[in-house]
Amino acid sequence: MSLSLDNIKRVANLACIEVNEAEAIAMMAQLSGIFSLIEQMRAVDTSTIEPMSHAQDVVQRLRDDTVTESDQRELFQSIAPKTEAGLYLVPKVIE
Amino acid sequence: MHHHGFGIYPSLFYDLPRLTNTMLNYSLKQLSTLLAAKKISSVELTGEFLGRVKVLNPDYNAFITVDEKMSFAQARVADAMIASGQAHPLTGIPIAQKDIFCTKGWLTTCGSKMLSNFISPYDASVIERFNAAGAVNIGKTNMDEFAMGSSSETSFYGPVKNPWDITAVPGGSSGGSACAVAARMAPAATGTDTGGSIRQPAALCGVSGIKPTYGLVSRYGMIAFASSLDQGGPIAKSAEDLALMLNVMVGFDTRDSTSLQRETEDYARNLAKPLQGLRIGLPKEYFVEGMSADVARAVEAAIVEYRRLGAETVEVSLPNTKLSIPVYYVLAPAEASSNLSRFDGARYGYRAPEYTNLNDMYQKSRAQGFGAEVKRRILIGTYVLSHGYYDAYYIQAQKLRRLIAQDFAEAFAQCDIIMGPTTPTVAFDLGEKNSNPVQMYLSDTYTIATNLAGLPGMSIPVGFSDNNRPVGLHIVGNYFAEAQMLNVAHQYQQVTDWHTRMPHKLTA
Amino acid sequence: MQWEIVIGLEVHTQLSTQSKIFSGAPTAFGAAPNSQACAVDIALPGVLPVLNRGAVERAIRFGLAVNAKINSPSIFARKNYFYPDLPKGYQISQYELPVVAGGSVKIRIGRDENAYEKTICLTRAHLEEDAGKSLHEDFHGLTGIDLNRAGTPLLEIVSEPDMRSSAEAVAFAKILHSLVRWIDICDGNMQEGSFRCDANVSVRHLGSDKLGTRCEIKNLNSFRFLEKAIDYEAKRQIEILEDGGVIRQETRLYDSDKDETRTMRSKEDAQDYRYFPDPDLLPLEISEDWINRVKAMLPELPEAKRNYYMTIYSLSAYDAGVLAATREMANYFENTVKLLPASAKLCANWIMGEVNGRLHKELMDIAQCPISSAQLAGLLLRISDGTISGKTAKDVFDAMWRSEYGGDADTIIEAKGLKQISDVDEIEKLIDDILAAQPQQVADYRNGKEKAFNSLVGQAMKATKGKANPTQVNELLKKKLMR
Repeated sequence: MSLSLDNIKRVANLACIEVNEAEAIAMMAQLSGIFSLIEQMRAVDTSTIEPMSHAQDVVQRLRDDTVTESDQRELFQSIAPKTEAGLYLVPKVIE
Repeated sequence: MHHHGFGIYPSLFYDLPRLTNTMLNYSLKQLSTLLAAKKISSVELTGEFLGRVKVLNPDYNAFITVDEKMSFAQARVADAMIASGQAHPLTGIPIAQKDIFCTKGWLTTCGSKMLSNFISPYDASVIERFNAAGAVNIGKTNMDEFAMGSSSETSFYGPVKNPWDITAVPGGSSGGSACAVAARMAPAATGTDTGGSIRQPAALCGVSGIKPTYGLVSRYGMIAFASSLDQGGPIAKSAEDLALMLNVMVGFDTRDSTSLQRETEDYARNLAKPLQGLRIGLPKEYFVEGMSADVARAVEAAIVEYRRLGAETVEVSLPNTKLSIPVYYVLAPAEASSNLSRFDGARYGYRAPEYTNLNDMYQKSRAQGFGAEVKRRILIGTYVLSHGYYDAYYIQAQKLRRLIAQDFAEAFAQCDIIMGPTTPTVAFDLGEKNSNPVQMYLSDTYTIATNLAGLPGMSIPVGFSDNNRPVGLHIVGNYFAEAQMLNVAHQYQQVTDWHTRMPHKLTA
Repeated sequence: MQWEIVIGLEVHTQLSTQSKIFSGAPTAFGAAPNSQACAVDIALPGVLPVLNRGAVERAIRFGLAVNAKINSPSIFARKNYFYPDLPKGYQISQYELPVVAGGSVKIRIGRDENAYEKTICLTRAHLEEDAGKSLHEDFHGLTGIDLNRAGTPLLEIVSEPDMRSSAEAVAFAKILHSLVRWIDICDGNMQEGSFRCDANVSVRHLGSDKLGTRCEIKNLNSFRFLEKAIDYEAKRQIEILEDGGVIRQETRLYDSDKDETRTMRSKEDAQDYRYFPDPDLLPLEISEDWINRVKAMLPELPEAKRNYYMTIYSLSAYDAGVLAATREMANYFENTVKLLPASAKLCANWIMGEVNGRLHKELMDIAQCPISSAQLAGLLLRISDGTISGKTAKDVFDAMWRSEYGGDADTIIEAKGLKQISDVDEIEKLIDDILAAQPQQVADYRNGKEKAFNSLVGQAMKATKGKANPTQVNELLKKKLMR
């Protein structure tokens, strides 16, 4: 199958990755190649097969409801791009 | 045996050899014995290998970060453990850590500009386990960016070179680790494997590597690529060394919901077992398409050797194997597109220097912080999960995943172990497949299915191509059959010497 | 044209666990910014979620309380979108196979003869993680992100579009609010955001069975705002439709200052959330055994209590509803009435009137009431045995509220000499004296002036400083005047 330039731009926008026109065109060509590889799998009839999400047939283990973590804000924020008064700073969120 | 005061490295490579060729090939057990007997200290051993890294790394680019101070600090702790009689089998031994494992106080980049400033504030479970065992972290190895690649060329830190031929790729994504072991810059290393990222570079660099059953090695602190496929494992010179590495790496971890709770086992316990009666399954689909002649020749020779060791071969069929690549390139990018959303420039990592608003900060930080292959896969993954495509791609791929796993279940009803080539060709040239992602993806043809099934897989060196590049034999076992696979590999390594070969110009 | 309003609610309840849903960080409200955001909560590379048993157990408790199905397995899914208060770039939620499916609650609207009951069906209730908070105060034009709340467990309860007025929506929200506190899964603190409502509102012609285009209204953090926002939104939609317009499906925000809703985002720019099962989490299985254990520990539910109060104590549905609003209130009532089994109505009236009124005035809740249920019963006993009048009892109550004399009614009555005069001879003598002194009023009464009677009663009460039993005074006075 072939992807349109609009497909690429929409998906890039969903993924929050800026692409310029030239990049989008190059990406379109590469992704179309990959998708033609992927298309092979669509020919198989899987109507009776259950999807497999996990390699092991095991169920979720549960944690006891206890507090195990202590405050490490200083350490965590020592690698943050921008902080103030214990907060992570980002450009203004407009609602 | 030369004794050296600490600090008088570098160089044994162009300079006087300190570790002799024999010693460079010492197994982990032999090194451990030397350390226990106080023939050498961990500080000295660490210094020897760091010296080799210093000399060789500029050419091979196997390491992203080397921090002598931190390594020596660990070595001193190890020496104290040995002195006080508290040594474990790996105490004092330098281990190279793939830069995908978060390592407290160390730059942990995952091969990406996105994390080029990320000093990890915590240790991955795997790192904790090595620390508890008294191993020495000798450095963080180079890799394909976020483990996405089969050549270690997508790293922000530049490509890794193959120690057997500097114009060839080492494979990937754990190319730095495979290169480090092949060039004897480290006795052993860690890797991770999502579609072949341990086994393929091990094969291309002529070393041994094993990806255990999914769920045996904790993924906590291992930067996620595709969560349902990612699995950590070791790369080393021999099956015996892999066993000792697995003994440290495998273990239940409450912090990883997919970690399996099982009784502790000694992966070296079966090494010496004879192979009489072993049934080796040879998938007919593996031996028809795409395999190069020299790979076929070496693999067939290895099978002959196995027959000589008492094994018998049976033909098995894995009819859906050919779908592994399309299935993988839906599932892995889908998971990755979501896993990599946390890299947004807000709390850590790369933030674009200029932007106009919040969305622009996200868009630019991610556009600049990620390389081309990572972006490609994020877009594929985003696309296949998006509205209207989910069932046709994602669900269909998960259904085929089940068929692929069922193929293996049926095959293992007829055999104990499955063998084939690890890769269709030997190492390709640097840059050869860079512009053609599909060609690159096909180099994982034989390895991907085991990740989809969650089965253990390993690669051991079994010869060379005409242009002297290594060939790997792929050994796939049933779930939790690691000890048996290591036994199978070890027995071969007892009667062959491929695993002891070193690139000539790198010998001491 | 008659319009019908159709409302469905989505209620986010923060579950009262100690630690977060997927990490071991604490959930306490009001800590210093980011001091309760651990490696998992800030989504460091490599970290993984592990599910909190306490959160699951609370979801089961809710499911059982509304007679829903507990799904096993249920599946956690990722909802992908970028927002600074969402550190992973996805929220772990449930999409297909939520932990709770179906169920219903009964609501009651109004308290007079027009009151009616209605059953509201639930679609589902699912577990998910809360987001952090964006602080828009001025950080040089930037936004500050506090991730303490990120990862707090939420149970999102989704109703069917079964409500037809803001009053029904409020009644439903109140019933849920009461229920989640009753079964102790949520503190219900709306100011702190522990219980948050979104309303889906649409309108249609009365009699139509087709749903109109709906708008989702967010940010309704009080019952009053819920009511006002729905009323405003319904009016807005009806006006548009009556003017021949069409409703755009969109998310709207309620502005309580202006009492209006306004567009937040339209469906066109609605996100494609790319839900898929979270590969870091496995299917959640809930065994029959676990469900039974939770069931065994479930308290008697408010609806059962209400019915009990109505049948055993003959209380009205409204009274029963108020007294069974919270477990604390019900306990208080039951502990009081236990000591005065014959005076249930008196107990109900006093708790709903004096006690509740005073608590409300002092911004306290029943758990903080300075008068214990036993002390209140002590006071009510003296009303019912005629020791004091209802009026005097209010003075005693005030003294008890101030904890005078240890808050003991009898001690206060004794110490302040408030005991009612009930001795017939004493009151008769007193009345004789008054009648003798007021021949004119006696004559007036006998000539049919009812007012004169009241004046005579007033004089009798005044003469006893209010301590005479007014009923007795009335009776004796009538008897004497009849002669």
